[in-house]
Amino acid sequence: MNTSETFRSFRMATWLGWQIEANWTDPLLFAIYIIIKPLASVAILVVMFSIITKGNYASPVFPYIYLGNAFYIYVAFVMTGVSWAVIEDREHYRTLKYMYIAPISIPFYLLGRGVSRIWIATVAVIVTLAAGKLFLHLPLDLTQVNWGLFFISLFVGVIMLAMMGLILASITLMIVNHNYVIGDVTAGALYLFSGAIFPLEVLPNWLRPLGFAMPITYWLELMRRSLIGQVAEAFPTLASFSNMQLIGILLGLTMLFAIASIFMFRWCDHLARERGLIDRVTNY
Amino acid sequence: MKANESLIFAPAEKVTGWRLFLKTILARSYPRIIGQQREKSWIFFEIFMPMLAVSAYVFVYRAIGAPEEYVGFVVVGGAMTAFWMNVLWSMSSQLYWEKEQGNLALYIMAPNSMMAVLLGMALGGLVATALRAVAIIVLGTFLFNVQFTVSSFSQLIAVFLLAMTALYGMGMMSASMFLLLSREAWHIANLAQEPVYLASGFYFPIKSFNFWIAAAASLIPLTLGLDAMRQLIFPSGAALGFLNVHVEITVLVILCFVFLVGAKFLLNYMEKLAIREGRITENRR
Repeated sequence: MNTSETFRSFRMATWLGWQIEANWTDPLLFAIYIIIKPLASVAILVVMFSIITKGNYASPVFPYIYLGNAFYIYVAFVMTGVSWAVIEDREHYRTLKYMYIAPISIPFYLLGRGVSRIWIATVAVIVTLAAGKLFLHLPLDLTQVNWGLFFISLFVGVIMLAMMGLILASITLMIVNHNYVIGDVTAGALYLFSGAIFPLEVLPNWLRPLGFAMPITYWLELMRRSLIGQVAEAFPTLASFSNMQLIGILLGLTMLFAIASIFMFRWCDHLARERGLIDRVTNY
Repeated sequence: MKANESLIFAPAEKVTGWRLFLKTILARSYPRIIGQQREKSWIFFEIFMPMLAVSAYVFVYRAIGAPEEYVGFVVVGGAMTAFWMNVLWSMSSQLYWEKEQGNLALYIMAPNSMMAVLLGMALGGLVATALRAVAIIVLGTFLFNVQFTVSSFSQLIAVFLLAMTALYGMGMMSASMFLLLSREAWHIANLAQEPVYLASGFYFPIKSFNFWIAAAASLIPLTLGLDAMRQLIFPSGAALGFLNVHVEITVLVILCFVFLVGAKFLLNYMEKLAIREGRITENRR
């Protein structure tokens, strides 16, 4: 692997991704755009919670739901972002074929496009957490946060999401007609099965193993534990695991997904070239 | 040698006026009613995706110990999201997509009414989406054991039809505004999802909001449509309703008139503006 080419591909793709995401409007409107959507999303859950519990935000269920939903923003942005790069470049800008003939590394280019959305996701997450702290008494004390655990979990989590995104991008390369829904369907399914907004115990028994197989389940648990410690540990789903065990599981699953994504990309890329799918557009 | 008469081009019968208007509506609705059903995977995903959100919100309600009627509220709200998505992506943004594909100029050059094109899009979208919404309700009812008790079928049908007419009228109006947009159209449509789910009470009764917030949200026809439908199909719906069903029906009638007339005037204005500013064939990706 040519390191300079890999790094250059990733760096330029990140810059390009940022330009595509951000330069369609002026900075103020863009700031409003990236704040409103996640706030509305979390507000739906807050209203639902407040109607049923009569505004009992002190209940440990509330931070569980709130933080899970807030950090799930990264899933939607990073994972879906990598696969969207294929759709945008092939269907919309029609530049994917030019990327293939350019001296760049395609997987790192796609990863860079997805990772560029981290900044947008980070702003959305910070605003969501700040709103929770200021208006909804979210038990988030910055002096009590386990920052080491937080940053390690966030770093590993972003890599894990990017690898999952690369798997989706590989599948997207192979599919021409229905590629638009792949990212959304996967993000929607993971939202349901990863215990993002409710403990896995609420799911029917036969669906729970799906949740335990997903690295996002462990990642979200680590993010909650790093921010609100004891409150998060009170939930039975992963209570028997220590933080180190959870990091070990997350690292293991991340490596598994990384290896799977490399092989998946090579295989799908080969088939897509063979079948002439790299520059095929549907005009949908 | 005499030419084979079957190969000679026979011009179609020329129609004008109302017949052309009606034929345009039917022609534009055809790809949505018939064409979209041919792609089976689309039908699957358009039902499956709202079901994921419905399931997630149902499990949230169950996790916090909500009464079972809230599960029904979520299922009905989830079915209605199909209509909102259709209005947003296949009505409002449609003229932007047509511009991207290069069809918009052809629509405008053709001797038919753009209003008929929009009505055809609305009719086709409404029928096609109704099939998906019914499937979501049936599936949600089956999976989560929702109990319905309809208090008045006539009012329920009236509310649904009025809400849909007003909603698609709103879609037609916004389609003309999207005529001027380029890259930003996608982002604006994307932005109008979760905030509208929140404001219109797709997953909870709108009565939970302050009166004036709920009243402002009622400008979106689905807000009152959903509220009235919940009042008419759930035993506890009336207690959780925002306004009396008769009042909501009256407001929906007014919204139908406002949005349909508004769509007509706005379309005329925006079409002229877009032509004058050269935005019909503009393609800023």
